[in-house]
Amino acid sequence: MSDVLKIKKPVEEGITEFLKFLLEKNKVKGIFTLRKAGKTDSFSYSLITDVEEIKNAAPLTPIMPANAGQLLSSFTLEDAIKEPIAVVIRPCELRAFVELTKRTQANMENIYLISSTCAGVFPLKSAQNGKFSQLLPKYWEAAKKSEVLASLRPTCTACEHFVPALADITISVVGNKNLTEECSLHLNTSKGEELAQGAPGNKTTEKLNDKELAQLKELRLKEREKLFASVNDKNLGLAGLVKTFAPCLSCHGCRQVCPICFCTLCDFDSKTHEDTASHYQSELNQKGGARVPSGTIFFHTGRMIHMAVSCVNCGMCSDVCPADIPVATLFSMVGESLQKLFDYLPGRDLEEPAPSETFIENEFAGLGE
Amino acid sequence: MDKDFKPNIVGFLCNWCSYAGADLAGSNKLEIKPFLSVVKVMCSSRVNSNLVLTSFLWGADGVLIAGCHPGDCHYEKGNYYARRRFALLKKIMESLNLEPQRLQLSWVSASEGKRYAEVVNKFAEDITKIGPSPFRKNQNL
Ligand code: SF4
Ligand code: SF4
Ligand code: FES
Repeated sequence: MSDVLKIKKPVEEGITEFLKFLLEKNKVKGIFTLRKAGKTDSFSYSLITDVEEIKNAAPLTPIMPANAGQLLSSFTLEDAIKEPIAVVIRPCELRAFVELTKRTQANMENIYLISSTCAGVFPLKSAQNGKFSQLLPKYWEAAKKSEVLASLRPTCTACEHFVPALADITISVVGNKNLTEECSLHLNTSKGEELAQGAPGNKTTEKLNDKELAQLKELRLKEREKLFASVNDKNLGLAGLVKTFAPCLSCHGCRQVCPICFCTLCDFDSKTHEDTASHYQSELNQKGGARVPSGTIFFHTGRMIHMAVSCVNCGMCSDVCPADIPVATLFSMVGESLQKLFDYLPGRDLEEPAPSETFIENEFAGLGE
Repeated sequence: MDKDFKPNIVGFLCNWCSYAGADLAGSNKLEIKPFLSVVKVMCSSRVNSNLVLTSFLWGADGVLIAGCHPGDCHYEKGNYYARRRFALLKKIMESLNLEPQRLQLSWVSASEGKRYAEVVNKFAEDITKIGPSPFRKNQNL
């Protein structure tokens, strides 16, 4: 049970009104949210401090131009933000933000976290043909009914962690039959309560809609199985891996947009792994041929070793890949196996150390035989 | 099975235990299969997974990581981290179906010369049975 603020407006209008209230009443100095950029269907994350500008906010638009966790890290890395802001982000973005904070790459101080039970986002491409708005009625219908839209980002169709952990306020979206009439804000923490103090709307107490959430989870888990099977059907192995990454152009865009890949100088860009003429020579001697550029399999498996245990399944990497390689599906699949191994869920708890940074003395007792 | 197949195995041995164990096996003139290229590291925790990956990519048929028994690491905790890292890498190889049997972790102390010989011989035998690594001939890495 939590306190709930109900605003008699369609969900996106309602939350926008709430954000406006926060700025007007000086509860926060800024809002971090998606904003319409220009007349077309383009959206970008923005920090808004001007009340007038709130009309362009698009907090629940189902698109993710960047993982917001990464963006929040970019301006809280050096120091905590000085004045309070409220952020409206999706559960996987929040989890990335937590992972980065854990690794001292971000700071959560002075930040009010607003998230939603998430119905997913569309691939970035769907907002590039001028027809994005036509997708929205169907999206909200599916959200209401706890259904999975096949046109979403593949990782979204298969995401089971769509109820935010650690949010101060959760906007009820998934399976919420009234979302075209009212906006329900679940106040999970005292910070959430504090924000909603004096806000327009009615207060009640209720639980999140467990039944509808469970229904979506079940559907998503089924999709997950199918999705993983799609990258695993050739049974992978070296041959499968080579085939999957054959079209990779080594742009490293997948890493660039990954919120978990935070290193300033990536190991795979460093001189350590630069292939010299003599390396190519020995490849040629040994194998009679070598791929140029080399290091594709090394890069992807190496990146997996470094971060897959913290993969939040956001799908950014697949979405930006110019070669349409299902990077996110592979990373999610491997990530899940690692998370099971270490009983770890990225972003669920600020105090839970990342698996590589800790150990338990008597674990894995069978290893080392 | 190719009878002439001589596996190429990379062995990362920690300076304080396993390398000393190897030394002891040598001075006791124990028979050890000659397939292991030894890389001495100060501690099993020095074995960054990229080193293992590079070994495979450059054609190793097997990789052995050997260090002090849990509790005996010269740096106290190094091998606990090494064990986690190993478990992670092994799981990734498993998930990608990359023949995880080619990777092994063994604890060998400085006084376990005999155990060292057994571990190496057994691993060499296993790898010989599995055959050459598919990385060896793959031109598309
Ligand atoms: S974004 Fe695609 S093409 Fe670029 S490095 Fe990643 S997998 Fe390769
Ligand atoms: S690997 Fe891909 S899906 Fe996983 S966190 Fe990084 S960008 Fe998101
Ligand atoms: S010194 Fe031998 S494992 Fe650390």
